Amino acid sequence: MSALLEVRGLRTVFPGESGPVPVVDDIAFDLDRSEVLALVGESGSGKSMTALSILRLVPKPGRVDAGAVALEGENLLDLPVTAMRRIRGRRISMIFQEPMTCLNPVLPVGAQVVEAIQLHEAISTVDARARTRDLFAEVGIPDPEARLDAYPHQLSGGLKQRVMIAMALSTRPEILIADEPTTALDVTVQAQILALLRDLQRERRMAILLITHDLGTVNELADRVAVMYAGRLVEVAERRALLSEPLHPYTRGLLRSMPALARPGERLPEIPGVVPPPDQWPSGCRFSTRCAERFEPCADRVPSETEPAPGRRVWCHDVERRLDGGAGK
Amino acid sequence: MGAYVLRRLSYGIGVVFGVLFLLFILFFTVTKPDDIARRALGEKAPPEVIEQWKINHGYDRPLWPWQDWDDNLLFDHYERMLTFDFGLSDADDSPITERIASGVGPSLSLTVPLLVLGILVAIPLSLLVAFFRETYIDRMGVFLCVLAMSVSMLLYIIGAQFLIGKVLRWYPISGFDSNLLMLPRFLALPLIVGVLSGVGGDVRFYRTVFLEESSRDFVRTARAKGASEARIMTRHVLRNAMIPILTNVVLAIPFLFTGALLLEAFFGIPGLGSITVDAIAANDFSTLRTMVFIGSLLFILGQIATDLSYGLVDPRVRFE
Ligand SMILES: Nc1ncnc2c1ncn2[C@@H]1O[C@H](COP(=O)(O)OP(=O)(O)O)[C@@H](O)[C@H]1O
Ligand SMILES: [Mg+2]
Repeated sequence: MSALLEVRGLRTVFPGESGPVPVVDDIAFDLDRSEVLALVGESGSGKSMTALSILRLVPKPGRVDAGAVALEGENLLDLPVTAMRRIRGRRISMIFQEPMTCLNPVLPVGAQVVEAIQLHEAISTVDARARTRDLFAEVGIPDPEARLDAYPHQLSGGLKQRVMIAMALSTRPEILIADEPTTALDVTVQAQILALLRDLQRERRMAILLITHDLGTVNELADRVAVMYAGRLVEVAERRALLSEPLHPYTRGLLRSMPALARPGERLPEIPGVVPPPDQWPSGCRFSTRCAERFEPCADRVPSETEPAPGRRVWCHDVERRLDGGAGK
Repeated sequence: MGAYVLRRLSYGIGVVFGVLFLLFILFFTVTKPDDIARRALGEKAPPEVIEQWKINHGYDRPLWPWQDWDDNLLFDHYERMLTFDFGLSDADDSPITERIASGVGPSLSLTVPLLVLGILVAIPLSLLVAFFRETYIDRMGVFLCVLAMSVSMLLYIIGAQFLIGKVLRWYPISGFDSNLLMLPRFLALPLIVGVLSGVGGDVRFYRTVFLEESSRDFVRTARAKGASEARIMTRHVLRNAMIPILTNVVLAIPFLFTGALLLEAFFGIPGLGSITVDAIAANDFSTLRTMVFIGSLLFILGQIATDLSYGLVDPRVRFE
């Protein structure tokens, strides 16, 4: 059976000085029903753009340039605008990194959730309001009835993110895209929101595309992990396999820089440098400029996909070489 | 909120004091009391007549307090304005309060429709260009706005009077009639000119506001939940854009009362704008200062009204 969401060859570009610059390049992954797939990578890797491309919400002047995003076999990129609107918020919902600015400041939060419901269902405002109150209770908003009429500025960041989650879940979507849902929150609130997402996911059995730059979050929630660097995937694997035996040098670097995995007193090693801007991405392996394992083909040739184990994909010349060697050619 | 209004009012009083002082200095740097008298009496008036006129109108006193602490023009200026004792016109001895009362009606009959029409034209147009942002419709719109803004008001006036008034003969070239049936015919040309000359700047300003609000994160949220672009514009963008737009509109309200200087003067509308223009032309200090004083009062009231109207559209605003 095919996956719930199949992303194939997705490419999203922004116009640059010398032609279009891809910020998402040849991304492909599956998201199964009720599966949590984490999309991981440093800031600037193109995670948000990948998510926005799926919903066709890439901000202008950016655009999806190639590829397919199939929801139960139907390519969303080919849908007419009105049909796409019926997907957004109803079958695929999204929550964002900045709960502070993601709610309309001049409308009560309850009304904003009611709007989300009424956009997709013929339901009276009274009933939609009642459902919103129940949702508020479900996502752990204290005194939900009173909070319906609160304005965003009257709520804390954590509460605002709970409102966003309530809004996203209000129409029982099959897929929730959560773009760094906890990054902007306090550490204690982060843990609460993650726990909430985990509980909701289990109860509602919805699929989550969880975007994060934090492998701790991955460990909490994810079934599978896709690691992204500079617009490309570098490694896709089951969570356990990825965390215990990372194959790509970039994944290893990310893991090493994780506080929870370091020995006490040890200085956290960082991957040297930062993700270069999209118009300076190298032509071969994008990670080659920062990679300790780099050798002669890395800078020139894009590594091809290898499958070192079933369900595991890696894009790395070094892994490829070792696989070839192991197979004895 | 009471404390807030009081604070704004006391600040406003300071502004009024400053404005009155500036006006006094500027006026009497370029004009001497003798000049006022000569304008009122005619160039050939004999010196005795001029002296007598100055005595009658109080201009025989020195200008400054240090010349005569008890009896000088500056203190008299403040005293009369702050007690709303506007007195007689220096030009023709008519009571200023009465002239103002007779000018308010004609002024409002021009400026209120002008403001309303301006908003009714500018907001849909700016929503339209903002909706089609970065397409040729948007670029054409901005181009036309800049064009409309760059043409001088005088050219609009002359052009409209010539084309519509003289060649096509749709509406009278100028004049005024307080008869409600005749009034629209006389107001048509100044309204057309007023809207044309103002709409470019307004559309450009509103467009910027709409575009800024369209790029906010909550607009992306609305898109992500499946709202249509039209719904996003009217429900999410417009509500938030109302905040800066209201400032623009409420700030303009006081000037409805002071009239439209050029339009009234050129289209022969006997409103407060005409009175002001005439006063400037006639060196009529007592009328001019009254108009400036009232204008500054209205400006301050308008600012307070603007701030209070924020509270109506923006739930984040609280007055402490
Ligand atoms: N509006 C934009 N115009 C041009 N480039 C953009 C825009 N938004 C994002 N980018 C580029 O796209 C790349 C990927 O961004 P993003 O998807 O936000 O990364 P991530 O979410 O992984 O931090 C970044 O390098 C950024 O420079
Ligand atoms: Mg991001």
